[in-house]
Order: sequence, then structure tokens, then C-alpha cells
Amino acid sequence: MADTTKTIEIEVLRYRPEQDKEPFFQTYTVPFEDDWSVLQGLQYIKDDLDGTLSFRWSCRMAICGSCGMMIDGKPRLACRTFLRHYHPNKLRVGPLEHFPIERDLVVVVEDFIRKLESIKPYIIPKEPRKLEQGEYLQTPAQLEQFRQFSGCINCMLCYAACPQYGLDSKFTGPGVLALMHRYNADSRDGGRGERMALGHSEEGFWGCTAVTYCSEVCPKDVDPANAINQNKMGSAIDYFLRFVAPRGAGK
Amino acid sequence: MSAQMDKRRPYVRSMNSWWKRDPFFVRYMVMEATSVLVALYAVILLVGLLRLSQGEAAFNGWLGALESGPSILLHVLILVVFLYHLWSWFKVMPKTLPMIFVNGKKLPADTITYTGVLLAVVVNLIVLIILV
Ligand code: SF4
Ligand code: FES
Repeated sequence: MADTTKTIEIEVLRYRPEQDKEPFFQTYTVPFEDDWSVLQGLQYIKDDLDGTLSFRWSCRMAICGSCGMMIDGKPRLACRTFLRHYHPNKLRVGPLEHFPIERDLVVVVEDFIRKLESIKPYIIPKEPRKLEQGEYLQTPAQLEQFRQFSGCINCMLCYAACPQYGLDSKFTGPGVLALMHRYNADSRDGGRGERMALGHSEEGFWGCTAVTYCSEVCPKDVDPANAINQNKMGSAIDYFLRFVAPRGAGK
Repeated sequence: MSAQMDKRRPYVRSMNSWWKRDPFFVRYMVMEATSVLVALYAVILLVGLLRLSQGEAAFNGWLGALESGPSILLHVLILVVFLYHLWSWFKVMPKTLPMIFVNGKKLPADTITYTGVLLAVVVNLIVLIILV
């Protein structure tokens, strides 16, 4: 233990559906070390102060995407945010904005998962290849077209940063649209047509009003705002081309 | 199963005054608001065009109105707002462009923003020189 143990006050938004009418803040005083993350602070609370606190985590190294929460009002990964940055002030922790609260810091993710599945987040090969034909080859330039967007860890921080999603959850939202672009932009993929019916719609790229906070909060530098907005030009061109040469809807 | 379902009571938070929640949102709203003044100024210019079509006297009247004290104040205000609008517009620009690669390296967002601002300044200076 360090010579003088520092403590920090953590205010956690609690909500226990079976007994609370609405969420409320509960304050815990947590002793901590300089290398403690907010997640470790929460784990201390759960292990030593109050076992009823619920929150999600797994990897504690910013790769599983489970520990997203509002930390002093900003969407952040709890395992990648350090208590020392807030000390000697207290800090507030709440569940990710724009999602319904399931319990304490746990949000309802069904909507996100359903959207993620709906965009077919996997490569749909352009041409079927037999094993003997070998691997798909890709140039570094082709790789760069999607590499950045493939870093997404589905942490949903960008959704908590997107007022458009908060105001109307029909909007597909930044992370999933960035993944849609990731697969569309892959030279091995031929699924663009299948995905773009949604992409071109109001729930797709056009639901974005370029607030761009999503790109600011993304812990993996995916830049979803860029993935989305660079599609608007193509989407508009596709729209007008339809009048010149009618094609299948949404191709 | 149903007992478990009964315990679920997802709590939906209100979006009232969402934009006050984060300074980033406030800046976004200010940027959106500047568009209103941009549109307003377009209307002022259109009125000038209309007056021009109505003859010299009408046009001179419009010019005179522009030179009044409150109008000059308004112009100063609009200039400041325009400068912010210009800046924020080019700040968003890198997000709207496909990725640009120069010698295999991605062009940094700041380069795009500053190039845009510089271009806008140069074009405005040229227009100003032609007019004066
Ligand atoms: S785009 Fe970034 S912020 Fe959004 S889910 Fe993926 S990793 Fe998280
Ligand atoms: S615990 Fe896995 S990202 Fe934080």
C-alpha cells in the first residue's frame, strides 16, 4: 500500500428496476492508487462497499468494448480512464446516454445488436472462390480504404455521443454505419448492394447531421463521422443516376 | 421466464435540453444557428437585387439603408458570425470527404481544414480587390 492512501468520491447513478422509481446518485468513497482506472474503482465498490452495484466489463484493456459509461458527462471506457485525472475532485459515473437503463450502469443493448446484425457485418465475397484458388489478394492501398473502420470494438460510446440517435433511435447510428462502410469499402466484398438499401435511407447515412462528436469520443479512432458522411456524396449521385438509368432499388 | 421479464423495467432518460449537456453540443448548436444569419444575409442581398430591378432610385434607397448605423452594426455582427461559420464549416469538411491519400499516407484532417480556410480567405480578398 502507498504511504498515504488517497481517496476519491465516486457518485454512481443507481437504478434497480424492482425497487427504484427512477435513477438516483449514490456516493461512495474509494481509496485508490495512481494507476487505478475508473473500472477498478467500481470493482472496489462492488467487492468491498456495495455488492449490489451492477456494471459490465470484461477485458479491462480497452478491447472488449463492454465498459462504456458516462464519466463526468463524457462517454468513455471505464478501463481506459484513470481516477487520478479527477482527484481531488469527485467524479460522476452513469450509464451510457441515449440507451434505456437496464440496471445501474448497465444499458439495454438489444437495439444496437439488432442493427449490427442487420448490416451483415462480414465479407460477402464478390466471387465464390475455391480453396485451390488461394487467398484473396489486396494491395496496401486497398487495405487502407477500410482498415481504420475495422478497429471498432462495438463499445457504443459513439451512440452516447450522438444526439440524433438519442432523439430518434430509428437512426442506425455511427458505429454500425461505420462498420457498414468498412465492409462496403473492402475490395474483397460484394455485398454493398445488399447493405445500401438501408445505407441510402433516412435511417442510414442521411440520418446524420454531422455533429461529429462520435469521432471525438471513439476510443479506437474509427472516425465514424467520416465513414458516414463520405457516403452522402455517393448516395446522392446514386439517387440522381436512378433517373438516368433505372436500376434495382438501393443498389 | 415471465418472472424475469417482470423485473425488467428499462428506464428511458429524457432528451430535454440535450444540447446543454456537453460544450461540444453547444458549439454544434451555435454552428447551426450561424446558418440562420447566413440565410438572412442572402435575403438582404436578394432584396438589393430586387431594388436594382426597380430602377436607380430604389437601388440607391437600399444602399442608403445599408449605410445606416444599425445596419453597420448588423454587418459587423454578421461578419463575426460568418467567420465562425467559415471556420466550423471547414472543420467539418474533412469528415465529408472520402479519404485522400498522398504518397500512401492519409491526408490529415487539419491540412484539409486549413487549406479550405486559406482558399476562402484568398477568394474573398480577390473579390474585395475587384470590388474596391
Ligand atoms: S465506432 Fe468507435 S465509439 Fe463507436 S462503437 Fe466502434 S469503437 Fe466504439
Ligand atoms: S473492460 Fe473491455 S473495454 Fe473496458
